[in-house]
Amino acid sequence: MDNAYLIETIIKVVVILLVFSALAGIGTYFERKVLAFMQRRLGPMNVGPFGLLQVGADGIKLFTKEDIIPSGVVAPIFKIAPVITAATAFMAAAAIPFLPAFTLFGYEVHPIVADINIGILYVLGVMAVGLFGPLLGGMASANKFALLSAARAAAVFISYEVVTGLAALAPIMMVGSLSLIDFNNYQIENGWIVWSQPLAFILFWIAAFAETGRTPFHLIANDHEIIDGFGTEYSGMRWGLFFIGEYANMFFISFVIPIIFLGGFGDGTVLGAFALLGKMAFFFFFFLWTRAAWPDVRPDQLMWLCWKVLMPLAVINVVITGFVMMF
Amino acid sequence: MEQFNNRNVADNGYFMVDIEDYPTDSMGRFKRIIKRTFRLELFVGLWVVMREMIKFDIHTISYPEEKMPIGPRYRAVHEMKRLWESDAERCIGCGLCEKICISDCIRMDTKIDEESRKEVTEYTINLGRCIFCGYCAEVCPELAITHGGEYENASEQREHYVDYEYMLTPIDVMKANAQKEFEGFGAITPHEDERVAKTPLSY
Ligand code: SF4
Ligand code: SF4
Repeated sequence: MDNAYLIETIIKVVVILLVFSALAGIGTYFERKVLAFMQRRLGPMNVGPFGLLQVGADGIKLFTKEDIIPSGVVAPIFKIAPVITAATAFMAAAAIPFLPAFTLFGYEVHPIVADINIGILYVLGVMAVGLFGPLLGGMASANKFALLSAARAAAVFISYEVVTGLAALAPIMMVGSLSLIDFNNYQIENGWIVWSQPLAFILFWIAAFAETGRTPFHLIANDHEIIDGFGTEYSGMRWGLFFIGEYANMFFISFVIPIIFLGGFGDGTVLGAFALLGKMAFFFFFFLWTRAAWPDVRPDQLMWLCWKVLMPLAVINVVITGFVMMF
Repeated sequence: MEQFNNRNVADNGYFMVDIEDYPTDSMGRFKRIIKRTFRLELFVGLWVVMREMIKFDIHTISYPEEKMPIGPRYRAVHEMKRLWESDAERCIGCGLCEKICISDCIRMDTKIDEESRKEVTEYTINLGRCIFCGYCAEVCPELAITHGGEYENASEQREHYVDYEYMLTPIDVMKANAQKEFEGFGAITPHEDERVAKTPLSY
């Protein structure tokens, strides 16, 4: 491993960290604005033009707020839980190709930290680990609402993970590789996977909602019934880390869906890069859109949906894909 | 305002929502799931919020800059009215308002003045306790104490007093004939004169 590679990787890591931390902040701004407009409100208006600096104000507030560790909690776990959520969200980004390779000052840059050969498996796996944040944080909080939310986190965890895996399995079988770069290249030659795997696409998309804990599967931190769930006892930056993790996750999954199913960044032209960003923006917007429009489901409904509807569909899809590929 | 006064809900476009019976057997439940899934009801919801976003018909009032008009019967901080004929204060110091106030927040003191009339010397309302029930305005025989439209009465402490001078219609407003009568609690209803029956003298 030569030095140039090391430096390049470090720079990429730092850039991704900075860009997506900032995006997570701006994501909250967009969420508020979009939700507000859909509900005929104005959203943040007072800090900066159109409330744009609200993100900064929130950041200052979160950073300077007292970090309270309640006396009854299991302190080490309580302290580490938000870090798990935020860290795993960013770790998952390592295997995601955000843009096609481009040349900068005569140096070819691959905007992916590590093109590992188990790419998608790694991304989904690490994102799934992120759910340990709510689970552990909720259990360590010594708060009944937090405990309820932890129980729900476990329920969500065992439900959607199967669907995600099985839904992604069919495209993986077609591509014959787990690297997201290979997914992209496969789709240059054979057209978007969504045309041959529409069912897998929809299942994966649904599971992505459970993965990121967004409405309609926002039951882990459902503020209108269990306060803020696992976040009830958290304050200051620890709570902020949960938040950053959630939004970073939304961005990353919004990248993963188009890369797997909608042609990724295409053949590496600038147009393809912008197309990927556009698709990403749509999926991110869709997360906000559903939050304004849809009700939340109950935990038992989520488990019912995942185990009795989505998983059989995913299995059937995999079997059919297998048969089609065999003959 | 007219549309709110119309109590006849039957012809205002209201109708009963048609709610289906819940399915009781599993086949019925299955059918309902299929129906809901393939009628794409979720997308109706998506479309509705999208439509509102595109229409951009914002209903927010940016409060300190914009304010809602409030109704003439709104019960906010009290006012003391003057007589139209003589610009004198209406309050006769009868003390009924102090007596009826259910949160005990009115305190007043009176004395007999040179013309042997009762005169109010002290009169305060503790707005921190007042629940703006309107009883004082209703009980006042002179229509002296009424509610006004000033609702921005936040204060740094729980006790927050308004006194007689503060509530009294300023004399220059009175001279300009700009005093507004309160239409709400305790006010004289329209056509009151026709409804008042004289006390018969033949007892
Ligand atoms: S409005 Fe009610 S509570 Fe307030 S001063 Fe009048 S009688 Fe008392
Ligand atoms: S305000 Fe009305 S009720 Fe109160 S003392 Fe004066 S006249 Fe009597």
